[in-house]
Amino acid sequence: MSILIDRETRLIVQGITGNEGIFHTRQMMSYGTNVVAGVTPGKGGEWVLDGKIPVFDSMKIAVEATGANTSIIFVPARFATDAVFEAADADISLIVCITEGIPVQDMMRVRGYLDQKQSRLVGPNCPGLLSPGKSKVGIIPGNISIPGNIGVVSRSGTLTYEVLYALKLNHLGVSTCVGIGGDPINGTDFIDVLSMFEGDPHTEKIVMIGEIGGNDEERAAEYISSKMTKPVVSFIAGQTAPPGKRMGHAGAIIEGGSGSAKDKIHALEEVGVKVAHHPEEIPHLL
Amino acid sequence: MKIHEYQAKQIFSHYGIPIPKGRVASSADEAKQIAEELGGKVVIKAQVLVGGRGKAGGIRLAKHPNEARDLAAQILSMEIKGLPVRKILIDEAANIETEIYLGITNDRSARKPVMMSSAAGGVEIEEVARLTPEKIIKVHIDPLLGLRDYQARDVAAGIDLPREHWKSFIAIAHGLWQAYLDSDATLAEINPLVITSDERLLALDGKMLIDDNALFRHTDFAEMRDLDTEAPLETEARKYGLSYIKLEGDIGCLVNGAGLAMTTMDIIKLNHGEPANFLDIGGGASAEKVTAALKIILRDENVKAILLNVFGGITRCDEVAHGIVSALNEIKPNIPMVTRLVGTNAEEGREILASAQMMTAQTLVEAAQKAVMAAKGGIA
Repeated sequence: MSILIDRETRLIVQGITGNEGIFHTRQMMSYGTNVVAGVTPGKGGEWVLDGKIPVFDSMKIAVEATGANTSIIFVPARFATDAVFEAADADISLIVCITEGIPVQDMMRVRGYLDQKQSRLVGPNCPGLLSPGKSKVGIIPGNISIPGNIGVVSRSGTLTYEVLYALKLNHLGVSTCVGIGGDPINGTDFIDVLSMFEGDPHTEKIVMIGEIGGNDEERAAEYISSKMTKPVVSFIAGQTAPPGKRMGHAGAIIEGGSGSAKDKIHALEEVGVKVAHHPEEIPHLL
Repeated sequence: MKIHEYQAKQIFSHYGIPIPKGRVASSADEAKQIAEELGGKVVIKAQVLVGGRGKAGGIRLAKHPNEARDLAAQILSMEIKGLPVRKILIDEAANIETEIYLGITNDRSARKPVMMSSAAGGVEIEEVARLTPEKIIKVHIDPLLGLRDYQARDVAAGIDLPREHWKSFIAIAHGLWQAYLDSDATLAEINPLVITSDERLLALDGKMLIDDNALFRHTDFAEMRDLDTEAPLETEARKYGLSYIKLEGDIGCLVNGAGLAMTTMDIIKLNHGEPANFLDIGGGASAEKVTAALKIILRDENVKAILLNVFGGITRCDEVAHGIVSALNEIKPNIPMVTRLVGTNAEEGREILASAQMMTAQTLVEAAQKAVMAAKGGIA
């Protein structure tokens, strides 16, 4: 089994006619993901990818026509917030937002709104999800991971690939990999994903990849200690990051003395989580 | 992005928040003229984007215009924590009875804006939070509803503000909320907000941080960016869409992805080396971007070796390799380079680099070890 995405996933790609949209739609389809439609306002009625995928003007029409349950967003930051609201109002149950650079106040309004709806948002500023052998909703290269019983959750992109690849080289497979994104405010946090992995019978162990900034890892540590029975191994990036500097990700910043890698590692080790010194050490701690 | 006190106060004033009469100057004579116009005592304040200006002597009181000119000349010749003082703010001096703190910032954990206030104003709020957290009143604001009147009243009551000031305080709180909202601020702070001896509320100092991700809808702010506060190489990197932060070590890092870039720095340190920088070339890095990145790294004179670590996903390793080759042809660095290409088209990438005679590595640890050895002069 897997979490959030599987063979039942029926996907709409928002922003399908853009360069990234079309490239990654092709990748997801060749992985076996069931892409049922695309949405680009103004291009409704067209067909893309050798006439296989219909394009609609709006999410509402696309969902009515295809019965989609999941969407992925590849639209530029200034339009991405609207795309999330549109997907939520079309009753999409899982919205994955790849877009980087969404203003944080927009994200606070998005969270405020989604908390009143049934939709779950993963991201923004994330690589999406991969349930190896079943479905890929995002941009994680499909060939760097094999099916298995390890759940992976991460705030990063390429660092996650690094971990998946290290697992594969050690013949360790993954149930689902969830990239929750590098923004200070996101739709789904560590605790959300940890609780889903805890409830998934086919996930036996979990890898959690954090980084500097905020206190999501500390709160996850509390959750692990009070609610989780499955073992968690972690890695925290940014031990050498200077305070006050934003390290690429909007959320990766040590502010007012909080958010350091040291504090996070300490909090996790306190509750018995093994924290790797570097990504290649992770397979040996599992 | 930080903006200056005088810029923040101008924004506050636009939202009806009372600020002292005053103007910004960049010369001593200008300062004297402004002091003459204002009449009476003035405060001269260095406009630099660091804390602790007062302690460094960057805020001075002048009793008459000639003194204002002399003090202005002094302050304009100062450097505060390494930053040159290019502008000063000349404000009418206020007779202060009480100092209050009032600010709005993003609470990451609550995923909401939070309004904070304290009767212990005038000192850094982090200090108050550390020593006497009970003196800070916090109210979370629903991002969909905005600040409500009752919340502003709760704050006023919470800091024991005398009732006769509630009305103006609530108006200031609403002004601050609107300024925060319209400016896409991540912090909007009045510290201190004072009650003067003639019983008026006045925002003596202001601070605003603007969300870099929102600058596309605030081109006016983008022009306000004070380039003194960042290393010149960081400014240049931004032009190319690269995220670069200069550090103190000697191993230049070129990596795709922020998390992996931090990890690469960490592994260098773990192997007893020191990273010279953080550099994320981003997703889909083109040859042009790689060339620009390499040039920026090489302009740091401390760099003795370069570690290039790319995990191809969206970014194709062959494209990165082409970027490296073209950069090397153009700049011909004479320092060792270690490259590690993994993922999409890694084989093709390695073939392209084979002719370039550089060290390669398969694993992260191996790459870091080779780079550390190379920086220490013992090329493997």
